[in-house]
This record gives sequence, structure tokens and C-alpha cells, in this order.
Amino acid sequence: MIWLDTLVQGILLGGLYALFAAGLSLVFGIMRLVNLAHGDMIVFAAFAILLITQTLGLHPFLAALIAAPVMFALGWALQRFVLNRVLGKDILPPLLVTFGLSVALQNGLLQGFSADSQRLAAGPLESASVDLGLVTVGWMPLLTFATAIAVIVGLNQIFYRTALGRAFRATSDDPVTASLMGIAPKGVFALATGLAMVVVTIAALYLGMRSNFDPSIGPARLIYAFEAVIIGGLGSLWGTLAGGVIIGVAQTFGAAINPEWQILAGHLAFLVVLLLRPRGLFPRAVD
Amino acid sequence: MILETRALTAAYGQFRALFGVDITLAAGETVAIIGANGAGKSTLLRSITGVLRNAPDMVLHRGEPIGALPPEIVMRRGIAMVPEGRKLFPSLSVEENLLIGGQVRRAPGPWSLAAIYDLFPILQAKRLAPGTSLSGGQQQMVAIGRALMSNPEVLLCDEISLGLAPVVIRDIYAALPAIKSTGTAVIVVEQDIARALSVADRVYCMMEGRVTLTAPAQGVTRAEIHQAYFGGAA
Repeated sequence: MIWLDTLVQGILLGGLYALFAAGLSLVFGIMRLVNLAHGDMIVFAAFAILLITQTLGLHPFLAALIAAPVMFALGWALQRFVLNRVLGKDILPPLLVTFGLSVALQNGLLQGFSADSQRLAAGPLESASVDLGLVTVGWMPLLTFATAIAVIVGLNQIFYRTALGRAFRATSDDPVTASLMGIAPKGVFALATGLAMVVVTIAALYLGMRSNFDPSIGPARLIYAFEAVIIGGLGSLWGTLAGGVIIGVAQTFGAAINPEWQILAGHLAFLVVLLLRPRGLFPRAVD
Repeated sequence: MILETRALTAAYGQFRALFGVDITLAAGETVAIIGANGAGKSTLLRSITGVLRNAPDMVLHRGEPIGALPPEIVMRRGIAMVPEGRKLFPSLSVEENLLIGGQVRRAPGPWSLAAIYDLFPILQAKRLAPGTSLSGGQQQMVAIGRALMSNPEVLLCDEISLGLAPVVIRDIYAALPAIKSTGTAVIVVEQDIARALSVADRVYCMMEGRVTLTAPAQGVTRAEIHQAYFGGAA
């Protein structure tokens, strides 16, 4: 039973990694932009939620509802006024800008919130569990996984069922031809980054409720997110969930054998997938 | 004049592609622009649509300067483009490709999904297939339908016969009278001179970035075209 339990815990942990990665996958899928500040943005959003819970005395879930539109606006403005200026044939300028943003965010948060570890207090939910017969799982991991699936279903609905999603895909295919259809590619990019920041806020909510965070942990979250996206295949959201699950399962099994191996096992699983399927498990047909 | 260029000069960096091009297009008129490869025909269309930016008053739409506007704004004024090479969106189905043409601008007018499927019945059967899985001719039909979905005032067609079999070209050109009859003004850029003349009211011939001939499509002689096309004596 211990192995089944480990497997289930690993799959549920994968939900958290998929949440970390969904925003990254979205932005890369639409504008081929690799956002090196993604992990720091998750930490930034976690501090934003923390600030709202402290000043207004709200539960983290309600605080995230307030933080989400703010993050959307910040993402929109970041894309509109900064990142759109560096997007082009050369992939280096956006990398440099987001790397700089990562450093600036870490230091800004350090200045504003100090290096102390913080946590979003979720109350009794933190330790509540449910007995599923063969295994017992915590409500929080279960909720995280369910949220990851809901986020991916929601994003896919937007992508494939709405006019906005049609504009996302068309712009991703060919920005010049999209502009001949009356679509302003830079406006579409700004909306996409805004949407990605809403997903980042959801990721930050679960990050903050499940573990401690401080201004320096962003890059480590970025690594997990990157690995999940690449295992899944660039641009595929369900692939990103699969990637998160693979890392999560590898980590829990690694930890079950020897706690020191948890992080290493996740990275090794990533390398193995990269060796066997260099383009990831579900690469998009058009790249 | 619904559309006009005035002393239009365009360049790609140091390379000058157009040297003072003046063309006019009246409401409801169909104009053919012919010329050899590199004559500047596609550059002219890129300048009109805003993909290539110019001085504002080099391109006029209803007398207003649009030469410096970006393509998405030019399109919203009612100037739709069927780009060279069709350029369907691979991630979109046939129907989605059509829908996106009328997504941002949808003026009242005769064109709708149903009307496009009426014009090109084969597209209805393939409506859920990926746009780029179709044959070249069918893709060209989607590209034309996509441009029509906004009910444009002006339709620009860039080399719609390029790379297609003659029988397919005939089918595509058979749709043009129906498009003209709705009152849309059309510019057809073509290398296939006979095709272009058969649908046009007037013809411009371009060579090396300049207009070398302006004539009514009926009545222009082969000798005149040859002279304008190649520059030598016929």
C-alpha cells in the first residue's frame, strides 16, 4: 500500500507543478517568449496575496480573488510597455529583460518584505484529509490537483471555444497575417500575459498555503515549471499537466527511497524524458 | 476615389522597390496590376495594407491619409487582403479561418459563412478540417472567403493564381463576378495577364518599381502590354 500511497501523493504534487508551469506554457505557446521571471512572479503574487490577507483580514482564497485582477493588469502593462518592445526575431533581448526582471523582483521583495519565511494561513484546511479507502489524501493536495485540471480545462476552453482564443492561435501562427485580419498582435500578447498572471496568482495561492516562501525561492519554482513544460511538449497544456505529474511522482518515489533524493529524482526523470523524447511527450504539430 | 496612391515610394532598408507609383481605384471598380517578378506589385499591396509603412499621404482611403497606419487599422477601415501564398492559419479549422476574417470588423453586407459556402460549396464539407490540410485551390478559396467575411469596401488579391492548376484557377476566377456584383472594389495583382484582363475594368502594368502603362482592360493591345512589361520594343 505504501507504493500506491506514494504514487497518489506524487500525482497530486504534480498538480502543483502543473500550476507553476501553466502560465509559462501559455506565454511560450502564444508568443514564443521564455519568461525567466516566471518563478519570481509567482512569489510576487504570493506576497501580494499575503499583503491582502494581512491588511483586510481575508482568507487567502478571497485575497487571491482580489489579487487576480491586479496581477492581470500588471501582466498586461508589463507586456504592453516592456516585453512587446523586445519581442522580435532575436530571442536574446526578451531573455535578458526577463532575467533582469527576475533579479529586480527578488531584490524588491527582499526590500519590502525582508528575507523572513512567510506562509498563507488556510486554517483547518491545511491538515484536513479524506479517506479514499486504499489511500488517505490531504484536502489541500486534492484541491491543488483539481484546481490544476480546472485551470487547464478553462484555458483550453478559452483557446478553442472563444473568439479571443482564435485570435491567440492565429497570432501565434502568423502575427503579420493576423494583423491583416484586423487583429493587433501586440494587444493580443498583452491579453495573453495578463491571463498568464491570473494563472500565476492561482499558483501563488497554493504555493503559499502549502509551503513557506521567501523572496529567494522563485528560480527553483521556475526550474520545476520549465521541466514540466518541456516534458509535456512546448505549447501543450495537457502535456504540461503530464510533465508536472511525472516530476511529482519521481520526487515522491525518490523521497520514499531516501529523503535526500527527492529533488534529484525529479531532475533525473526530466533528463530521462529528454533523452527518450527530446521534443517532449505531446509536441504541437505546428512549431 | 475609394483608394489612391500618390507618388508612393517604398523601400526595404537600402533597397528601393517603388519609385513614385500613382494608382487610383474607384468605388465598385476592378483594377488589375500586372508585371514581371520584382516589378513591385506585392510591395505596392504591402504598402496599401500597412505591412510596409510609408509617409501618411502616399496612400489615401476616401481622401484620408492612411499610409502610416498599421495593418490592423487599415483592415478595420474596410480594406481586406488575400495575401500571396494564401497564408491560412494552420492552428485553425477552415471555418475558424473564415470566422477570424470577420472577427474584428464585420460591416453589414452580403457576406457571411452561409454566403461563402454558397460561393465555394466544397468548403462546407471541409469546414472542420485544418485549413492547411486542403488542396492549394481550396486553400485559396478559404483565403478569399476569409477576406470577404469582413464585408470589405476594397478587396486586394495578391497572386491568387500562383502555383495552381489552370482548371483550379478557372474555378477561383469564376467567383470574381459574384464578388464584384456586390459593389466591392477589387485590385487583382497577377502574373497571369489574360486572367487579369478578363475580370478587370482597367489595368496597370508595372516594371522595376514604376507604372509603365495605364489602360482600359478592354482594348489594350498585346504590343502595348509587351512594351510595358519588358520595356523593349515589341
